[in-house]
Amino acid sequence: MTDEENTLIPSPVLSPKDFDSGFDVRWCPGCGDYAILANLKRVLPTLGIPKENFVVVSGIGCSSRFPYYLDTYGMHTIHGRAPTIATGLKCSRPDLSVWVVTGDGDGLSIGGNHLMHAIRRNVDIKILLFNNQIYGLTKGQYSPTTKQSKRTKSSPTGSIDYPVNPISWALGAEATFIARTIFQYPDHMKEVLRRAAEHKGVSFVEIYQNCIIFNDGAFRYATDKEMRYDNIFELEHGKPMKFGRDQEKGIFLHGLTPKVINYKQAGFDETDLLHHNENAQESTLAFFLSRMRYPEFPEPIGIFRAIQKPTYNDLLDKQMEEAKKSVTKPLQDIINGEENWMVT
Amino acid sequence: MEEVQKLKKENKNRPYKSKQTLERVVIRLAGDSGDGMQLAGLKFTSASVMLGNDVSTFPDYPAEIRAPQGTLAGVSGFQIHFSSTEIYTPGDRLDTLVAMNPAALKVNIGDLKSNGILICDKDSFTPRTLAKAGYTSNPLEDDSLQNYRLFSVNITKFNKETVSKIEGMTGKQINLTRNFFALGLISWLYDRPLDTTIKWIKSKFKNRPNIVEANTNTLKAGYYFGETNEFLAIQYSVPKATMEPGLYRYISGTQALALGLATAAQLAKKELFFGAYPITPASDILHELVRLRGYGIKTFQAEDEIAAIGSIIGAAFGGSIGVTGTSGPGLALMSEALGLAVITELPIVLINVQRAGPSTGMPTKPEQSDLLQVLFGRNGESPLPVLAPQSPGDCFDLSIEAVRIAVKYMTPVVLLSDAYLANNIDPWKIPNLDDQSPIEVFHLTKSLESGNDRFTPYSRNEHLSRPYVLPGTKGLEHRIGGLEKEKITGDVSYDPLNHEEMVNLREQKISGIVKEFPLQEVYGPAEGDVLVLSWGSTHGAAHTASENLRNEGFSVANTNLRFINPLPSNLGDILGSFKRILIPEMNKGQLHLIIQARYSVRAKSLTKVQGKPFHVDEIEALIRKIIAGINHD
Repeated sequence: MTDEENTLIPSPVLSPKDFDSGFDVRWCPGCGDYAILANLKRVLPTLGIPKENFVVVSGIGCSSRFPYYLDTYGMHTIHGRAPTIATGLKCSRPDLSVWVVTGDGDGLSIGGNHLMHAIRRNVDIKILLFNNQIYGLTKGQYSPTTKQSKRTKSSPTGSIDYPVNPISWALGAEATFIARTIFQYPDHMKEVLRRAAEHKGVSFVEIYQNCIIFNDGAFRYATDKEMRYDNIFELEHGKPMKFGRDQEKGIFLHGLTPKVINYKQAGFDETDLLHHNENAQESTLAFFLSRMRYPEFPEPIGIFRAIQKPTYNDLLDKQMEEAKKSVTKPLQDIINGEENWMVT
Repeated sequence: MEEVQKLKKENKNRPYKSKQTLERVVIRLAGDSGDGMQLAGLKFTSASVMLGNDVSTFPDYPAEIRAPQGTLAGVSGFQIHFSSTEIYTPGDRLDTLVAMNPAALKVNIGDLKSNGILICDKDSFTPRTLAKAGYTSNPLEDDSLQNYRLFSVNITKFNKETVSKIEGMTGKQINLTRNFFALGLISWLYDRPLDTTIKWIKSKFKNRPNIVEANTNTLKAGYYFGETNEFLAIQYSVPKATMEPGLYRYISGTQALALGLATAAQLAKKELFFGAYPITPASDILHELVRLRGYGIKTFQAEDEIAAIGSIIGAAFGGSIGVTGTSGPGLALMSEALGLAVITELPIVLINVQRAGPSTGMPTKPEQSDLLQVLFGRNGESPLPVLAPQSPGDCFDLSIEAVRIAVKYMTPVVLLSDAYLANNIDPWKIPNLDDQSPIEVFHLTKSLESGNDRFTPYSRNEHLSRPYVLPGTKGLEHRIGGLEKEKITGDVSYDPLNHEEMVNLREQKISGIVKEFPLQEVYGPAEGDVLVLSWGSTHGAAHTASENLRNEGFSVANTNLRFINPLPSNLGDILGSFKRILIPEMNKGQLHLIIQARYSVRAKSLTKVQGKPFHVDEIEALIRKIIAGINHD
């Protein structure tokens, strides 16, 4: 390669504004989706990927309006099926950065099957699951993540469904990257989205999102300035798990269950606390963390798991290359078949 | 073997055998699904095509992978129609039936012509196997088969004598070669040479010399047995058919579809993305295509049919040729996504290999009962082109045509095959790829509008197709989706008149595809008493029935629809030129409904929903009745 060929043409510096599609955003005033849109617009320009190489695929629901508001390529598809379309697209065009935007209804109810298979295949797509624990677009029915006993339009005497735990579920499907963030944590979200984008393989990000109309306050414990310190803790690779206004509380491993102790009062040291390891090949720790739910425990946010495994699209391309290499005769010969005869 | 050798030595005294020439013959080899009847049938077919006969075959095998041995459910059959004249069907009634066990006899005897040749493996008719097949007495010994020319042959015994002394043959392996003894015997009966089969055996088992020896010896033993026995007195021959000169092979509808798709990828200079979920009888398309990956076919086995069609929509958006293959129940699951492809105007091809329904129905048996589902089985006004191949070879041509239409008109296209076409094996004149015209796919790379920097993804060309822009194209970023779009700009729109206009535009675009189709051809007189209007795979039986009557001097024409939506432009005129119209189809009259509604003509419907293709005589009988009615008027 000559030096000349090696010269990289610097791509134009992009800004969040470049990703503005110019469409009027039609979410309800105060919807948590606005914050997610704003943060994704902050992240996308920083990834070094040309704008035209992003494709956002969504299903149906409030969250699924997302592609219309980003000036990238996009497809607003049908309910629950975005992972299938994203899979086909990524396999056909591995050069693209393919994102799936889904919700708790779209992704975990009607589309649970597809989401699971896209995750287990480790297709190199980025899945953002906006979890507001309610059906918004159909006006307020309970969703697969709605807390039991919740009164909604379709459960006036309380939902009897046991909710699914999205992170535990994604771990069961062997996701190689799993994270959780919250719509009102802009810098945290930005960092999580950046890490999700940079992960090679499937990225699954659960984003707590407030539906101001049908489930307002579902995540108040995590967003309220007074409450958040006691109810949320940030996972950091290699770091001890501690939280509280003065970072005075820590997570201990008690048998196979977590235990919260004010370690400073109890005379423990940071080194005694449970430390996070997002690269652990076995998902035991990540699963353990995913089971920590409010109000019994503080809820971890950040990256639960980030491991490397060959992606589906790479493996597919490798097989394709091998198949192409093993071709010894033109297609005409294959069409002619092994047994043929001439009629004169 | 000794017995056969002995017979061979006595060749000098071998019985006098007369020779008789026939125009066409239909035979069926039937046995347990583990008896190798499909293989024996294929080898007989090979030998027949090498002799220059026209051939049409139909394999019929059980849905169960391992049906209990010796039961009626486990019977597998392979039917071969070979002829010195052109033929279009695997034949109705059998001239010869080979039954390897009582169950095979019971299932198939009803199709044997009166006085037809019946060859049974005498050794397999034991009290136990007879009971399994539900016989209370041995039909080979009672008078129940006196309408047929019955030949009870010790196939199992002779085969065992022939191969058991070969080194390394296990009991199971010995039994597995019985089919080749039977094949040898009927090869003598119909004067077929053994060399193509022997060549095949040698290459197939090249690392297992004992298996080569066993199969070859028993094949020859069967043949010599035919030659030397006392009771088969006549050897038949079927002379060469006059066929169009060229290089031929035989091909099933499934193979032709796969090769057609690979050809389409090559003609379009594109990768073809085949996403599918296994379903009988369409899975074989996936199996064939996986082997063609080296020719630019990327295959993806999805988690279900919804994911299968989703994946190809995504691949089509990315610029690959997106194709899926399924059958009725899978098609039902794909309906919603098919609608998405209609409204996003993305080019995909859906191959539906129809089988008997509703629901799971009879998965291995053919029917044409998904026509209305593909035409109307989606929410909203959702038109798309529908093509229906008429023969295995036509599956090749129409799969290419389907891709060509999809990318030119930016539309999903449905190809309606069926379980009969998929498995039917016919000789096929091999096309030369150099004669195929390329498939043009145009990807817009910069905005067409001058002075306007906003790209309009729903502007349309002269074919009413919207531009095909690939993600990665700088400056043309745009969004598509299932919501109704404003014409030209592609913005989401709830405007009432815009929606009506978009519905109309989509409809006009599909109607305009008619200019791609050849004019509908009529076989026989251009006007007259009866027109038989068939579609898809019903062509063979409808054409043969009509031709038989034309040969008798009746005013009968026939025409077969390969393009069902839009319908060929001259079809109305054709329908108006006949006193009566007969529409035979393997459903309860779905095309009949369309034709009567579209053309305000009265037509007679002939329906068959038995999971079996039409017999020629079934159609022929009704045409005769209709003619008698006209004459009576």
